[in-house]
Amino acid sequence: MALSRNDRRLLAALEDGLPLTGEPFAVLAGRLGWAEARVREDIDDLQARGVIQRFGIVVNHRRLGYDANAMVVWEAPQESASESGHKLAALPYVTLAYRRAPRPPLWPYTLYAMIHGRDRGQVEALIEVATTAAGLADVRREILFSKRCFKQRGARYRRELADG
Amino acid sequence: MDDIDRKIINALQGGFPISEQPYAEAAAKLGLDEATLISRVRALLAEGTLSRFGPLYDAERLGGAVTLAAMAVPDAHFDAICELVNDHPEVAHNYAREHALNMWFVVAAESRERIDAVLDAIEAETGCDVFDMPKEETFFLALRLQA
Repeated sequence: MALSRNDRRLLAALEDGLPLTGEPFAVLAGRLGWAEARVREDIDDLQARGVIQRFGIVVNHRRLGYDANAMVVWEAPQESASESGHKLAALPYVTLAYRRAPRPPLWPYTLYAMIHGRDRGQVEALIEVATTAAGLADVRREILFSKRCFKQRGARYRRELADG
Repeated sequence: MDDIDRKIINALQGGFPISEQPYAEAAAKLGLDEATLISRVRALLAEGTLSRFGPLYDAERLGGAVTLAAMAVPDAHFDAICELVNDHPEVAHNYAREHALNMWFVVAAESRERIDAVLDAIEAETGCDVFDMPKEETFFLALRLQA
């Protein structure tokens, strides 16, 4: 379902995050000229529709001491890829899990997970555990450790508003 | 960071109440008062331990399109090609990874057509083939790295 004009206004009001004050939704309501209850109902609705995936804090991995991360990819069989993906997502140290289109023959992998750990050895051990837990022990996989991050930004909502 | 910060981080990664006084409600569950929770979150944001506090969006449901792309970039030209790629405002994250496909970047735009145009432009500018791996299924999870 497409976003309505009011959805977009609400998301723009939340652009800088939730106000750090006792009644944050009342602050947003003031900005929007809406009733406070309506702001909360509309946020609930956006969460129910999956537009807002999650509401809460986003941590800086490295600041918490998670200095190593790897993207792991598996050549999961088509019939069981979804089931394996759900099992990966249930593991606490897996921070992203997706199924993506393969690009054979050079890139036959379909299942992706991001795994964070305090060092490379821990990440490697967690990958073994995750692979077994997701029933992927017998399929081809690759581990891609990250070296450097060149660019990182959040969803730039204002630009999408302008284009929408 | 002390035990109270850790407790806050571990609890609030999973979600936040959408109620009239959500900080008071979340604080009570943690055995804290509202003012303490608010000042702790403010400090954690200011020092960069938290990168954001608020909604996390599914970019595709915002009405846009996203893909993950990779290229095999010759080491000698890596930095120059990296600049060419990052000059595109549609390129969000860009990571160097240890693999023959050594440059991995996310492209987000208002439409799939726009993404195709950006990837075509990157191929033309860099002379590298772009592997385009659009998402077919997202497995939702709560981010919960132990603090």
